[in-house]
Amino acid sequence: MEVADGTPLKKSLARSLRKEKLRALALIAPLLIFVLVTFVLPIGTMLTRSIDNSIVEEILPRTVLALEDWNEKGDELPNEMVFRSFVEDFQDAIADKNHTKIGSRLNYEVSGMSSLFRKSARKVKKWDLTDNAPIKQKLIEVNKAWGDVETWAVIKTHSVALTNGYFLNAVDMQRTPFGAQAQPENKQVLVKLFIRTLKMSLIITGMCILLGYPVAWLLANLSNRTSNLLLILVLLPFWTSLLVRTSAWKVMLQNQGVINDLLVWIGLITDDSRLEIINNQFGTIVAMTHILLPFMILPMYSVMKTIPPSYLRAAKSLGATNWTAFWRVYFPQSVPGIGAGSILVFILAIGYYITPEIVGGTDGIFISNRIAYHISSSLNWGLASALGAILLGVVLILYWVYDKIVGIDNVKLG
Amino acid sequence: MGTREPSLALDETNNAFVRFDRVQKSYDGESLVVKDLNLDIPKGEFLTMLGPSGSGKTTCLMMLAGFETATHGEILLDGVSINNIPPHKRGIGMVFQNYALFPHMTVAENLSFPLEVRNMGKSEREAKVKRALDMVEMGDFGGRRPAQLSGGQQQRIALARALVFEPELVLMDEPLGALDKQLREKMQFEITRLAHNLGITVVYVTHDQTEALTMSDRVAVFNDGVIQQLARPDMLYERPDNSFVAQFIGENNTLEGTVKSLTDDTAVVELDGGLQLQCEPINVDNVGQRTRVSVRPERAELNLNNLSQDACTLTGTVQEFIYMGDIFRTRISVAGCDDFIIKTPNSPNQKRLSPGQNVKFGLNKKDCRALDP
Repeated sequence: MEVADGTPLKKSLARSLRKEKLRALALIAPLLIFVLVTFVLPIGTMLTRSIDNSIVEEILPRTVLALEDWNEKGDELPNEMVFRSFVEDFQDAIADKNHTKIGSRLNYEVSGMSSLFRKSARKVKKWDLTDNAPIKQKLIEVNKAWGDVETWAVIKTHSVALTNGYFLNAVDMQRTPFGAQAQPENKQVLVKLFIRTLKMSLIITGMCILLGYPVAWLLANLSNRTSNLLLILVLLPFWTSLLVRTSAWKVMLQNQGVINDLLVWIGLITDDSRLEIINNQFGTIVAMTHILLPFMILPMYSVMKTIPPSYLRAAKSLGATNWTAFWRVYFPQSVPGIGAGSILVFILAIGYYITPEIVGGTDGIFISNRIAYHISSSLNWGLASALGAILLGVVLILYWVYDKIVGIDNVKLG
Repeated sequence: MGTREPSLALDETNNAFVRFDRVQKSYDGESLVVKDLNLDIPKGEFLTMLGPSGSGKTTCLMMLAGFETATHGEILLDGVSINNIPPHKRGIGMVFQNYALFPHMTVAENLSFPLEVRNMGKSEREAKVKRALDMVEMGDFGGRRPAQLSGGQQQRIALARALVFEPELVLMDEPLGALDKQLREKMQFEITRLAHNLGITVVYVTHDQTEALTMSDRVAVFNDGVIQQLARPDMLYERPDNSFVAQFIGENNTLEGTVKSLTDDTAVVELDGGLQLQCEPINVDNVGQRTRVSVRPERAELNLNNLSQDACTLTGTVQEFIYMGDIFRTRISVAGCDDFIIKTPNSPNQKRLSPGQNVKFGLNKKDCRALDP
């Protein structure tokens, strides 16, 4: 096809649309740049930390090279050459004040490494290496851990620039000379934490559905005036600080709190058998259900609002009881709302931090609290990134599964 | 109220299939939407409730279906009061304004639904669904979703669904409102054909007077919560009981005036323009009372030789002449009325008038109805 002046129709059409496309692009450009700079970039760099391990190679380049020929699976110590390269690297590191960094990096894998590096540094700093005297024995005399095959095995195992070590740690395993192995029993906490996070998020989502559905139904079936008023009540929590709401639950649920006092006062429980309803999973579930409830109600409401009452009437006129009419006709049409609300609540819950931190105690915390711990306390950012990446992966997989089962087209957010 | 026909409560022998007995309905406790409704519908009748929006017709239908409760009075179905029977036990079929076909079910599932809730066996259900689909000529559409059908097709399915469980009474709430004119006319015919073939009683609500006239056995004209007239379509058109009905049904000319003299069968009305007109006294009680005389546009006679003894002759000025194909429509100013319409058939010897021209026409006494002011 050609237009009047002979240019092909497609080309002509593309030209006429180009201006519009450019304009559209210009309109979204500020947001696009903002999202790139403040979201994609930081998350991207954070995620690369989960596999980035170049620090060992950078600080101990000669040692890493020399260790290549050494068999870390045997029980023989590395040779003199390795020890000499190490001390050279170590002295450079001390001069650059990098030796503590490498110490803490290796300390993630085997505790004690950090103090080994710090203590040894004080002595090794002053050594003169020009006389070619044997170093191996001298270093072992400084700290007998240097005479331990395991110390060198750890250095060699964790000297690769890109490591799977953090991910193995994140699923309660470790990188050893003999491949990936399970962590000792007493250190296996993260998988349990992942499972608990998923389980509790599911419970919270379920509670939100149960509590939110009738409210959404009521909102959708009342007159506009009343429903707007009630909607404000639903939204009210949004205008209160999250911290305030969570702390309020602390006041309500604690041992000497409002609920326990009330139960003691009406005599349902005795004073010495007050209920443990905070600093455990129960407290987290109650507080988070309350906080996430609006995210369930709003999408459900917006879907239910579009279901005309004539469907229920039609079902009843056809002979269906109230329950059958609801279950066979109304409920299936409200499923997209439940789906949207569930996705929203579940994804928010799985990454929730503040509420479990405050009311969760030890057995009510989530994986995100562990991530925060590694970011700000243990400073093991690699592990934190690996945990974050796994969390992201789990959410994406669940999203995919959800799409397969329910269908994402069935989700209406408004 | 003059020679008003006893149109309400036609049947005093109490064998009405549906009976509204002194039914009143209020939503807000301050005003009545339905005021003292008495209505008997015999079995097999096609009754239309016609009226402007807000006249209470849909409320009546909803009370009959059970979705609204009567504030006062009783509704009887086959002699039994149904005031306290929930909608799903009334066994009344209903076609809704927007069809209300369940979007998450196929056409066949929609039709099967009323049978399933009646615990009917699978093979019996399938047979009935098939028969119902064939009845509305939609046999091949069982597997489709409602969204995949055109408006007319959805309408047929809604009809089939309301009929599939063989109710004796079917209610229809403006079922053709969303269709275009041609389809609507076709469906009007289909619905009346089906209703008569199946022998069901139909209560049909519409605000479209053509629909009401062409489909119904009787029409109840609603206004302001009251039935203004309940009569056969031809009676309604030719013998309206009051000004509202005259205005609402078909096209109508209104001439205002005062009653000069009144006998049992004739009222002489002095029109505001000064002319005197002999009328049928319908809704006038006293001499000197204001009245509106209603005349159908096609009843004004341009050929004065065709007039009867009691006719009056008027002279007016042509304001406008519109050629409409099958008819001519002439707007005339006469007796203080600027939009008196005369419709004349387009026949070879019919006069074509031009604006400004004076014209003489006659009105037979039986075509002039003196109604309430």
